Amino acid sequence: MTVADTVVSARSVSKTFGKGGVTALTDIDLEVGRGEFISLIGPSGCGKSTLLRVIGDLVEPSTGEILVNGKAAHRARLDRDYGIVFQAAVLYDWRTVVKNIALPLELLGWNRARRAERVREMVELVELEGFEKNYPWQLSGGMQQRVSIARALSFSPALLLMDEPFGALDEMTRERLNMELLRIWAETGSTVIFVTHSISEAVFLSTRVAVMSARPGRITAVVPVDLPQPRTFETREKPRFFELVTEVRERLHAGGLDEALAEAEALD
Amino acid sequence: MQVQPGGTASRGQSISRWSLSALGRAGTLVLVVLVLWGLWEGYRWLWMETGWTRPFVVNATTMPHLHDIVGALFEPIREGEPLLAERLFHAALFTAKEAAVGFAIGAAIGFVLGALIARFGVLQRGVMPYVVASQTIPILALAPIVVVGLGNLSIFGWTPTDWMRVAVIAAYLTFFPVTVNTVRGLRSADPAAVELMESYAAREWSVFWKLRVPAALPYLFSAFKVAATACVVGAVIGELPSSIQDGLGGWIINFNQYYVLAPENLWATNLIAALLGIGFFLLVVLVEKLVVHRAPERLV
Repeated sequence: MTVADTVVSARSVSKTFGKGGVTALTDIDLEVGRGEFISLIGPSGCGKSTLLRVIGDLVEPSTGEILVNGKAAHRARLDRDYGIVFQAAVLYDWRTVVKNIALPLELLGWNRARRAERVREMVELVELEGFEKNYPWQLSGGMQQRVSIARALSFSPALLLMDEPFGALDEMTRERLNMELLRIWAETGSTVIFVTHSISEAVFLSTRVAVMSARPGRITAVVPVDLPQPRTFETREKPRFFELVTEVRERLHAGGLDEALAEAEALD
Repeated sequence: MQVQPGGTASRGQSISRWSLSALGRAGTLVLVVLVLWGLWEGYRWLWMETGWTRPFVVNATTMPHLHDIVGALFEPIREGEPLLAERLFHAALFTAKEAAVGFAIGAAIGFVLGALIARFGVLQRGVMPYVVASQTIPILALAPIVVVGLGNLSIFGWTPTDWMRVAVIAAYLTFFPVTVNTVRGLRSADPAAVELMESYAAREWSVFWKLRVPAALPYLFSAFKVAATACVVGAVIGELPSSIQDGLGGWIINFNQYYVLAPENLWATNLIAALLGIGFFLLVVLVEKLVVHRAPERLV
């Protein structure tokens, strides 16, 4: 991987909350290449959401540095290099679907015509035609999350950060949105960092899976996923898929975290 | 949950549903008025029949018939003069002007003060106690000081007119609920939504106008509803000490003096004052419906 192709480069990153308090992350090294889809997986409390926030400059690391497109994370945030999708859709109740998607564009100072044009493309991308004038509370949970994804992608950020975006959805909606996310990823060529506690979701979506363990939070293994692209509904039935799921599961266990893992799986 | 595209199909439905609910509401209103009427007249009849004198003696002076009160509106006070209803209508307009201007000033001051307190935590302890203390002074004691006092004020030869000074009293009652609810409302923004704005590197000013203020709107309108009735009361009370004759307050003083002769005139004036307050309240409700878009269960 050449330097120009590296979107995220984390070096010896650690994070301690409070004075001498909880160590959330320790000694994190991670390189994410352009166009990669990388999942962070681990039990609850392993710091995967914290790592995502550190990369997104929403939480400051205690030590180490994060470079995004060769810039400090703070600079990258000011340059609007991040699109973020949270577990909750975090849509503004008082804005319609199109107005929600246009929010970052307004902040970037795009004029009305340019905004309308881009929002139309985004609505098409996430297949919400006909719902433009609806308010968020008139949409199902899955549709809300699609609006949230459209909003994150509207200004073509270099990096899409997703924090358990489908964690609150039912299994069927989740699998459908997984497919949609892969289609969007392929169409836009974005780089994605995706936090999840579902092993099968991580394997299905990713080009690489970073396995984390808790107390202190660190990356214990990175599993490359060599399943062919594009992934389809049949991908989940391929023997190779099960092998990779097993490998990720064993890596999680190797972290000595059976207890925490049981807890994480109970959440699935 | 019902998920529908667009709004055209649901709009047609909601209009017919709206007219149905409007009909239902009108029916409820008529029912409530009839019940209140029955309670008034029933109480009056029972106390007069039995001769009970507690808590007060009931007779034509203390409790006129409701139809006499309404009837008084459609008679002139003296031969050859306009109907009472007409006089009170003009008085109500005058008082409404004081109340509306007072509401606007009070709401603006309340909002700015609330925004400053919400933004600068130090003001919470520094200013809030005085904001609260300001409301513990009886308005009846304060009104003469303000209304008469401001009459002596001269800014480059300009002195606020009577109604402007009364508007200050209305503003005084308005700003408090607005300040308190602005502070709460601006702080009610979802922390995740604030984080989202940070991820876009949004300026504080943008976060304020695009997130905090819209999030605060339901709280603001709760305050506006309280203030809508309070500003009318403030305007009426403000008229009393300055012997302003053009508003409802003037008529209340006037009819108070002649209460024994014509009690229904005072009651009729009170009725109009109440209707004015209700009108202000409904206006706020209407604006809220047009401005605030929230899931029905998320409205405060």
